Amino acid sequence: MTLDLIIFLVLATIAVLAALAMLLSDNAIYSALFLIVNFAVVSVFYLMLNAPFIAMVQVTVYAGAIMVLFLFVIMLLGADKLRQPQTDIPWQQPLAILLGLVLLGVAAFAIVSRGSVSAPSPLSDQMISAFGSPFELGKLLFTTYLFPFEVTSFLLLVAMIGAIVLTKEEKAKLLPRRPTKS
Amino acid sequence: MVPTSYYILLSAILFTLGVAGVLIRRNAIIVFMSVELMLNSANLAFVAFARAFQTGNAVSAAAMSGQIFVFFVMTVAAAEVAVGLALIVAIFKSKHSIDVDQVHQLKG
Repeated sequence: MTLDLIIFLVLATIAVLAALAMLLSDNAIYSALFLIVNFAVVSVFYLMLNAPFIAMVQVTVYAGAIMVLFLFVIMLLGADKLRQPQTDIPWQQPLAILLGLVLLGVAAFAIVSRGSVSAPSPLSDQMISAFGSPFELGKLLFTTYLFPFEVTSFLLLVAMIGAIVLTKEEKAKLLPRRPTKS
Repeated sequence: MVPTSYYILLSAILFTLGVAGVLIRRNAIIVFMSVELMLNSANLAFVAFARAFQTGNAVSAAAMSGQIFVFFVMTVAAAEVAVGLALIVAIFKSKHSIDVDQVHQLKG
C-alpha cells in the first residue's frame, strides 16, 4: 500500500460520499456545496495525474463560476425551500436505483476484466514540469486544435445571447399602449 | 502509483451517481447538477487516459490531446449551464415551480 494508493482511496471515498450527499440532500444549497466538495476533490485527482493546468481550470471554472451561477439561481428561485414532492409513479425511484446499479455493474465488469492493473510509467524529472503545463497545452491548442478553439468562442457567444434572450421581458409588456383613434 | 483502471472505475461510479440523480430527483436544479457530475466524471476519465498514454521522454501529442479535450468539455459545460439555468428561470417565471413533473404541457 503505497502512499499514492492510500491518498487515492481516501479522496475517492470523499468524492463518492460528496456525490451521494448531493443526491440525497433535501436542501438545494447543501447539494450545491457538496458538489463543490466533489469538484475540489476531482481537482486534486487532476494534480495527481500530472494535469496542473486542468486542475486550476477546474477550480476556477467549475467550482468558481458554474457552481456560483447555480447558487445564484437557487437563491433567486427560492429552491432551497422546496421540499421533494411525491412522484406519480411509486415504483419509479427503486427501479431507477436498480437500473443504475446494473449500469455500474456492466461498467465495472468491462473495466475490471480488460483494464490494465499496472500503473502508468513514472515520468522523468524533466517531463514532470513539461507534461500538462500550459505551454504544452497551448502548443497543441493553437496549432492542431485551432478550429475547435474558434468554434468554442462562437459557442460562448451563442450561449450568452441565448441566456439574455430567454430571460428578457417581452417588448409588448414594457411599452405603454397607444390610444386608438376611432 | 495508482493503476489507471482505478481512476476509470471511480469515473464510472461518479457517472452512475449522476445518472441516478437525473432519474430520481424532481427538482430541476438538482437534475442539472447531476448532469454536471456526469460531465465531470467523463473529464476524470479523459485526464486519466491522457496520463496513461504518456510514455517516454517527449511529450506525446496523443497524451496532451486528452487534456485539450477536457478543456473543451469544460467550455461546453459552462455554456450549457448558462443556457440551462436561463431556461429554468424562464420556466419558473411562468409556472412558479421547478418541479420537473409539472412541466407536462405537451403531454398527449
